Amino acid sequence: MPMPATDLFSIDEFLRQERGKDLLRFSTAGSVDDGKSTLIGRLLYDTQSVCEDHLLAIEGKGTAGPGETDFALLTDGLRAEREQGITIDVAYRSFATARRKFILADTPGHEQYTRNMATGASTADAAVLLIDASKGVLRQSRRHAYIASLLRVQHILVAVNKMDLVGFSEEVFRAVESDFSRLLDRIAEDTGNPVLARFLPICALTGESIVHRSPQMPWYSGPSLLEALEELPSAECGDKDPFRFPVQRVLRPDAMFRGFAGQIASGRVRPGDAVTVLPSGYSASVERIVTFDGDLPEACVPLSVTLVLDRPLDIGRGHLLVTAGTGAVVTQRLQAALVWMDQRPLECNRRYLLKHASHTIPALVSKLEYRVEVDTLAHVPATALEMNGICVANLQLLRPIAADAYSANRTTGSFILIDPETNSTAAAGMIRATYPDTAVEDESVDAGPVTEHERSVRWGHYGGMLELTGPESVLFRIERDLFCAGLISQHNDRDDVFFRQHPSLLEALARRQAEAGLLALVVQCDDSEWVKIRIGGMEERCHTENSEAFAAPLDRLLRHSGILPDAPTGMA
Amino acid sequence: MEQSLSHLRLLEAESIHILREVASEFERPVMLYSIGKDSSVMLRLAQKAFYPASIPFPLLHVDTGFKFREMIPFRDEAARAAGAELLVWRNEAAIAAGANPIALDTKRCCALLKTQALLDALRHHNFDAAFGGARRDEEKSRAKERIYSFRDGAGQWDPKNQRPELWNIYNSRVHPNESIRVFPLSNWTELDVWQYIHEERIPVVDLYFAKERLMYVRGEALLPIEQDFVALPGERPQRVLSRSRSLGCSPCTGAIRSCAVTIPEIIAELVGFRSSERAHRVIDHDQEGSMELKKREEYF
Repeated sequence: MPMPATDLFSIDEFLRQERGKDLLRFSTAGSVDDGKSTLIGRLLYDTQSVCEDHLLAIEGKGTAGPGETDFALLTDGLRAEREQGITIDVAYRSFATARRKFILADTPGHEQYTRNMATGASTADAAVLLIDASKGVLRQSRRHAYIASLLRVQHILVAVNKMDLVGFSEEVFRAVESDFSRLLDRIAEDTGNPVLARFLPICALTGESIVHRSPQMPWYSGPSLLEALEELPSAECGDKDPFRFPVQRVLRPDAMFRGFAGQIASGRVRPGDAVTVLPSGYSASVERIVTFDGDLPEACVPLSVTLVLDRPLDIGRGHLLVTAGTGAVVTQRLQAALVWMDQRPLECNRRYLLKHASHTIPALVSKLEYRVEVDTLAHVPATALEMNGICVANLQLLRPIAADAYSANRTTGSFILIDPETNSTAAAGMIRATYPDTAVEDESVDAGPVTEHERSVRWGHYGGMLELTGPESVLFRIERDLFCAGLISQHNDRDDVFFRQHPSLLEALARRQAEAGLLALVVQCDDSEWVKIRIGGMEERCHTENSEAFAAPLDRLLRHSGILPDAPTGMA
Repeated sequence: MEQSLSHLRLLEAESIHILREVASEFERPVMLYSIGKDSSVMLRLAQKAFYPASIPFPLLHVDTGFKFREMIPFRDEAARAAGAELLVWRNEAAIAAGANPIALDTKRCCALLKTQALLDALRHHNFDAAFGGARRDEEKSRAKERIYSFRDGAGQWDPKNQRPELWNIYNSRVHPNESIRVFPLSNWTELDVWQYIHEERIPVVDLYFAKERLMYVRGEALLPIEQDFVALPGERPQRVLSRSRSLGCSPCTGAIRSCAVTIPEIIAELVGFRSSERAHRVIDHDQEGSMELKKREEYF
């Protein structure tokens, strides 16, 4: 049947209320069987965020008895998970109360999914951590707490679940509370990020103290879990912090307008404010804050805006605008905590791509300071790091970045490492310290001459000579593709006056470059319709008509010649 | 200045950041524009992201030939008003061969007219990144979708092997022939979308508003009369006060009984609603987890 005629006054009221709601992002983590999915299913169900058709689809399924609903099925979305009965990936869910909107990152409990926990925690303002009251603090609870603190989730709600199994005993609850509080203090000391914890006794299965306070536990006078979530201070605003604005893109619709588009990472900005451009160090003042909805008199974190400055400066993607005098450090050397996320373990001195704010830079891990044993919080010496491992390491960047410590700024203090061969996201990094000194550190290097293998680890490829013949524009394009794929090359033009007089020198020079681990490009420009690509005795020819056609043969030659490893590179 | 920013401003800021990242890091991005409410919001966000410059990528509409008639002029006008280039792609061979959901069943029809057409279009234009308007609250398998959703050379999604996605740092590296789907509205809910449309006064297709429309009533379902509709013996169309809650192809998108003629009324209806918007899409009910299967094969 059609809905009854709606009362427009109440809709306006509703919309006004909705407009006033803020947003809290939180993550959950829990061990297998400690009832996390059930808890979330409950939160969604009791806040009426589950649709009837979704409910119908799961009724009577899963591990629930006949006529009952297994709430865990509401969140375990993927088939593999339904089959194996465990949560294996991060799932994002939304729900709302009359006061607030929530986005929750539901993360897996298994230790082998530590990386997923870190992913969920990276965008969270708060974390709900489950402890099974009947089992006490388990290994995985420690791990979750550690990750939350490492990723700087400030508020942790510790839900002591399955209180029904311990007869709703206050004694048991207080014991867990005191054990875990001590542990949290030690964790915060190790990560350097203080945690504000609140303990709540609950029973997810029966819904005890999830939304409403429970009559079963008269000794507990605190809020229910949902009430506690509503009471948390809203998203750590950071608008009192110094202004940080990573430039994502330069907008130039015409010759008159030049604006820098980005999302404010911290602080606020007004026209007239003096800003410094990093890493160049130039100063300017903000002239306008431009948006589609008109210029703003002021903007604060985390708005996406476009800034116009009062003078023409060479600014592009990757630059950081900061409040004058509160400079982030411009550095090529960092110390950072890493959570390793890739199948292939971390290797020192291997070349990775570091993506920080809006730019990507080749980088290598020069030394592992220590690996963290999360169970004992012990610092263990290490030279490699497996997936789901956590370490503190020193990194060396090929170009400087402007960065803050992660404890001061979650945006300008964080980065990811990308494997340049597989393109997988290999690590999450949180900057602990920046060293303004850009001198190359040599502490981790063994004695003796630098070997061919060491060079190949550094550059991500072996040295070699690549001969290119064809129209200049196409050769430039190929060189750029190689450059973008991360190959370190040296351009040698046969038509160079010097080489024309001493042709044998060209060969000798290119050989030296190859021995140094570089890709020596020996280039001969002509006007033909064909491009010849040659490495050693192998040659490929491509017609210039199809500008996309070079990538595959080039890649083939580079691999057959052994310059590139067998896995594909990111050549576009 | 207001005390704390409302959730819509936060979601908007996040989406704009994503749009700008993709436009800056990929060589050939495209925005999949499906004419529905989510696409309308996405298009507005794209205007905002690059203002005062124009949208630096084209829109792509995969036209199955079964779209409601009034959607097409709306599409053309929306693209014109936003100053965006519009590309339309149809699987002409399948359309000419008479592909339709009745003859083929919904699944195979979608595979040809949507999935195959989309893959062909992306390959033909060599797009390496495609924005889609999908939201995580739409369906269970979508709750686990990344904002940057990586697709292999065959356009497939591997839910067990997704790249971790931390903070707002997105890994945009792809090999040749690989691509990503990007979902800037990932964190929006259906209610957020309607509220935003209301506050921003974004135009949407008239089919979303209740009107007396000729419908076949089949059990609970209201089936609109559009091209090639095949009635069962004895079926007669009736005038029903109804509207669409989501817009797919006309043979597979049922309408709902409703008297909501304004956006606040739609929102009021939605808050009272307890079924998800996709429930009126015939396509999701084929088998449990069918959306996940389709997604692995590329359907958005």
